[in-house]
Amino acid sequence: MNKNSYDDVISRKSEIMKKSIGIDYEEFESGSIAFDYERMMRETGYSLKQIKKIQEKNGVGNTPLYELKNMTKLARLYSPKGKGARIFLKDEASNPSGSFKARRAATSCYHAKRLGYKGVIAATSGNYGAAVASQAAMQGLKCIIVQECYDSKGVGQPEIIEKARACEAYGAEVVQLTVGPELFYTFLILLEETGYFNASLYTPFGIGGVETLGYELSMEFREREGKDPDVVVVTNAGGGNLTGTARGLLKAGAMDTEIVGVSVNLEGLHMASDKDFNKKSFTTGHTGFGIPFATWPDRSDVPRSAARPLRYMDRYITVNQGSVFYMTELLAQIEGLERGPAGNTSLVAAFKLSQSMNEDQIIVVQETEYTGAGKHILPQLTFAKENGINILIGDPKEEIPGVNIVLPADPSYIDIDEIDLNRIRKSYIKNSLKYHKINKPRREDLDFLAQDTKSSIKFIKKVIHELLDN
Amino acid sequence: MDAKQGDWIRIYNIVLDSNERASNLPNDTKKVPLEMWDKGFLLDGGANIGDIVEIETYIGRKVKGKLVEVNPYYNHDYGKSIPEILYIGRQARRLLGKEGEKNE
Repeated sequence: MNKNSYDDVISRKSEIMKKSIGIDYEEFESGSIAFDYERMMRETGYSLKQIKKIQEKNGVGNTPLYELKNMTKLARLYSPKGKGARIFLKDEASNPSGSFKARRAATSCYHAKRLGYKGVIAATSGNYGAAVASQAAMQGLKCIIVQECYDSKGVGQPEIIEKARACEAYGAEVVQLTVGPELFYTFLILLEETGYFNASLYTPFGIGGVETLGYELSMEFREREGKDPDVVVVTNAGGGNLTGTARGLLKAGAMDTEIVGVSVNLEGLHMASDKDFNKKSFTTGHTGFGIPFATWPDRSDVPRSAARPLRYMDRYITVNQGSVFYMTELLAQIEGLERGPAGNTSLVAAFKLSQSMNEDQIIVVQETEYTGAGKHILPQLTFAKENGINILIGDPKEEIPGVNIVLPADPSYIDIDEIDLNRIRKSYIKNSLKYHKINKPRREDLDFLAQDTKSSIKFIKKVIHELLDN
Repeated sequence: MDAKQGDWIRIYNIVLDSNERASNLPNDTKKVPLEMWDKGFLLDGGANIGDIVEIETYIGRKVKGKLVEVNPYYNHDYGKSIPEILYIGRQARRLLGKEGEKNE
């Protein structure tokens, strides 16, 4: 009997997880929907001061902050008089592995090392892989990165292939897989076999690592402009970037800064579909991760995710693929900053949002990522064409994910779509009740759900009432 | 012999056959196996493409699989010319008020 059948391995999940993270999540459980999030963050993580120290020791953080003056000037051409907020950009590409993910990886690797693990494993096809591999090299750990990389024809997204190359450059072993959620199965087997640390994106130390980004933003703006930023725009996928940044801002005392999440709209493309896999032109920062992780954060590779974006999100916006490619080109052309596309998702939203804000206000795009072969708009658009996607110039409203990519004909065509956050909240509440098999939530569950969705007990009660009626 | 002991090679495995895969998959994914690639130094005395071999990965793990490539390398690049994007910079510079003209 094969003890590594899919079901056997999945049934050993909690045991494997406990050994590979060193956190007993049960300590924070209530036995129901509620769990003590803040106590988990406090007792299993590090203080902001400690994280800052760990990151500084490993060359992470304190990245440059640019004012995008030409971008602002361009936005003002389309703004009513007196409108057009100043747009700033935090250049996270300056981190050792070329993205903000180094912040998460630095703390995870530090923790793994301190607990005596010999190596780290992360399941990621994106910048986090390179970040873990880079930090593992810096801190003297072995590293395995597991990637969802190819479709059944062996064709891979150039962006993901480049990430494999980067991980190998840092001395990591890269296990590449075809499409499918069973990546998690391979990940569990590797954790069990090696006894390495699970450098999950969703642990308290992973999220704590991003808090320094939000904190830095607040401190830098207070020093430079004498106030906190009015709006911080965050590209949203698994929710950790948004959660960590928002928590850092709050720890700095930036209570009034509005947090806007942004994802590339990939509606209609199924994330686990072999055929759809190479029809998308973004591998992260898109709704295929953003929506499921917002409506059910605990789907991640740890029992209770430390990334809980709905707790902190004030608005959630989607943009089209073509506008992100357009903005990436524009950032190079008029600001002299050639960066990777993924980080520029929030730049599209910032450009549009700026136009309805006062001109003395400040809007910040809080990350960039490195660019290079495979990870650049040219290879990504080339790949799109090879997969039968039409590249058009016109109105982005006409973009259909997986069919075409529409570059805005001029900056006036750049637009955003607002997601109804209450709809997302309802879906989250529904998932919570379903997962925990609860019909009659206790008072602490209602409190928790209200906090976890940045809403009110009244709202939660109303939604539960509606759900139970149907 | 395509590869000798100690050569850097790429191996391939089927992790789960289509009938062993998770139940909640879209149909197109369910129809195909879950496949895997890994790289390492060949431990066997010598092997040809297609042979089942054992490798030691860069971090020292031992893995078995089918030899598919010797001295594997990356060939991803900067893509082809995409004329569609060429208007972006010129148009924006024009809209921004002929910055360059000031220096002429």
